[in-house]
Amino acid sequence: MEAVTQSIQGVPLNHYILLSAIIFSIGVMGVLIRRNAIIIFMSIELMLNAVNLLFTAFSAHRGDAAGQVFVFFVMALAAAEVAIGLAIIVMIYRNTNSTDINVLNRLKW
Amino acid sequence: MINLVWLIPLFPLIGFLINGLGRSFLPKGAVGFIGSLTVFLSFAVSLGIFFELNGSVTKSFTIQLFDWIQVGNLSIPFSFQVDPLSSLMLLIVTGIGFLIHVYSIGYMHHDTGFAKFFSYLNLFVFFMLLLVLGSNYVVMFIGWEGVGLCSYLLIGFWFSNPAYASAAKKAFVMNRIGDLGFLIAIFLIFNTFNSVEFAKVFPQAASLTAGSDVITLITILLFVGATGKSAQIPLFTWLPDAMAGPTPVSALIHAATMVTAGIYMIARSNILFTLAPFTLDIIAVVGLATAILAALIAITQTDIKKVLAYSTVSQLGYMFLGLGVGAYTGAFFHVITHAFFKALLFLGAGSVIHAVSNEQDMRSMGGLKSKLPVTFYTMLMGTIAISGLPPFSGFFSKDEILAHAYEHSKLLWLIGVIGAMFTAFYMFRMLFLTFFGKFRGTTEQQAHLHESPASMTFPLIVLAVLSIIGGFIGVPEALHGNHWLAGFLEPVFSASEQRTGASHLDHSTEYILMTVSVIAAVVASFIAYLRYARNNHVPVPDTAERTAFANVSYNKFYIDEIYDALITKPLNILSGFFYRIVDKTFIDGFVNGLGRATAEAGKGLRLLQTGNIGFYIFIMIAGIVALLVYGFYNI
Repeated sequence: MEAVTQSIQGVPLNHYILLSAIIFSIGVMGVLIRRNAIIIFMSIELMLNAVNLLFTAFSAHRGDAAGQVFVFFVMALAAAEVAIGLAIIVMIYRNTNSTDINVLNRLKW
Repeated sequence: MINLVWLIPLFPLIGFLINGLGRSFLPKGAVGFIGSLTVFLSFAVSLGIFFELNGSVTKSFTIQLFDWIQVGNLSIPFSFQVDPLSSLMLLIVTGIGFLIHVYSIGYMHHDTGFAKFFSYLNLFVFFMLLLVLGSNYVVMFIGWEGVGLCSYLLIGFWFSNPAYASAAKKAFVMNRIGDLGFLIAIFLIFNTFNSVEFAKVFPQAASLTAGSDVITLITILLFVGATGKSAQIPLFTWLPDAMAGPTPVSALIHAATMVTAGIYMIARSNILFTLAPFTLDIIAVVGLATAILAALIAITQTDIKKVLAYSTVSQLGYMFLGLGVGAYTGAFFHVITHAFFKALLFLGAGSVIHAVSNEQDMRSMGGLKSKLPVTFYTMLMGTIAISGLPPFSGFFSKDEILAHAYEHSKLLWLIGVIGAMFTAFYMFRMLFLTFFGKFRGTTEQQAHLHESPASMTFPLIVLAVLSIIGGFIGVPEALHGNHWLAGFLEPVFSASEQRTGASHLDHSTEYILMTVSVIAAVVASFIAYLRYARNNHVPVPDTAERTAFANVSYNKFYIDEIYDALITKPLNILSGFFYRIVDKTFIDGFVNGLGRATAEAGKGLRLLQTGNIGFYIFIMIAGIVALLVYGFYNI
């Protein structure tokens, strides 16, 4: 573990922050622009993992394990979310023969 | 025994609960038995307390049950006061109440609401006892309101008849007007004396100067309360209408007990009234005016119960006259004797009505003397008593009031005697129309004529005996009596008597006064005899022409119509205005406008709800970014 920590600390913190921000922004843009529900899902995963990356980086730099514990929580949550979300998408696909979210515009006044 | 005073109101309350809760499954016999027994038990306890009080040196006991209201310097204990005044009133309420309960067993036998009737009657007795026993104005006021409620329930007992239901409503509303006066008086009393306890208020009041503004105001307001409950001008019109209730109710509530509550209250607060001579003058004038007006109406009425109702109003007027001229003992004496003979007369009238198949119009009666001998002779006793012929009870009490009135002002006395003449006239008129001559009803009714059962004649006989001998508790010194009643009530009225001074009529004047009023009564009854018994005069039917006076009197001086035009109609118009303009336009407009504005706003905002998920997400992210920017620049 020492070696891993040291290698992480070898890169300046700023780089991690920048990388996370970029990945997170890609995720946001994906959610906003894409219409395929599965791609949107993947974009959400990108956002979550950008945050995870930031957690581990801070954790290693500060020598505090709490950040890594949080990562596990986020992973568990993401897994649960995917399980339910994919099931919903499968049901939508069966009913509409598409995964395009613009088909789902009937939920309005 | 006196410590057990709380039992007295408790028994009727238990009776009310049993009869009220068990009304659907208790047999009629049990209901009547329980209803009468509970009141009889109260009577027994009252009797014990009366004798103990009579023999005791201390004449006033306060029995505190519990602390009821304790806020700041306001302290109202729930406590009972036993003194000569309340113990006599207890005897009247429970004694006559018991007789009327027994009577009701026979009278209400055919009614489907038998148990309901008895439970109401028991509840009434409970509240009346609370009114009598309360040792402060607030407990008295509970009883005061409670009897008003029971009066309402019992007047409207046959509420499926709209006329009866509205009579009940009328009684209730008119009582409320008076009650408001009483309530404000209680507030003023607390404000002035810092207490509502009789035992604290009266000694403080006795040290005040006579005729101060606040005392005058308090007493006038108390008197307003009394006019409502005791049916005096201007609030008397509910009492004749209250005859819509079953006859035992008229006897118990609207003759013997509840309507005398106003007199009881004033007699109880006598020291306050003695300190307000101005109020006393008003009371005397109002009482006398009521006595005369009601007597004038009574002489042409044809409904047997209406005659008695106006007679009650008139006699109550005499009691107020007595209070107004400072004859507290005399007024209370008249309360007692009036309770005897008026309850008797009402019960007798009920017996007559029962016999002639619920006919109340005297024009369809007549000749009942031989068919209803017990009713006739007992009612004869009552009639003689109310007319003031010696040695029956009414003679002593009425003469005491008139003698005090004479002392106060000869004019009051003269008008009082004329009123007494009318009393004798209309009472004998009623008696002759009902029992003499030929029967004028249908043959069907004639076949059904019968004397009432023993449960109804027994109370009549007891009350007749009391009407005959009841006056002997207050035989004046002029007639070699010692006026036991005055001596017994002395502790209650002593503070007032110290201020006014004792009566100083010499005996020869008293003899003259008595002779005059007896002659007046005899003459009046003889005129009634000539007109209605000898010449068999029968009042004309409603359609026939009447002389101007008879017309005005028969139509009750159009007082109901005047009230209708002066108060009810303008009130209705005002209410209509408020309903249409204020309520409909402003209040409804505001509430509806608020609803409409919300609906319109929703109509516009719902366009944002496109159903496009991408758009939602965009809005969400835009929102988050906006929040971040805001947080970044504003921390």
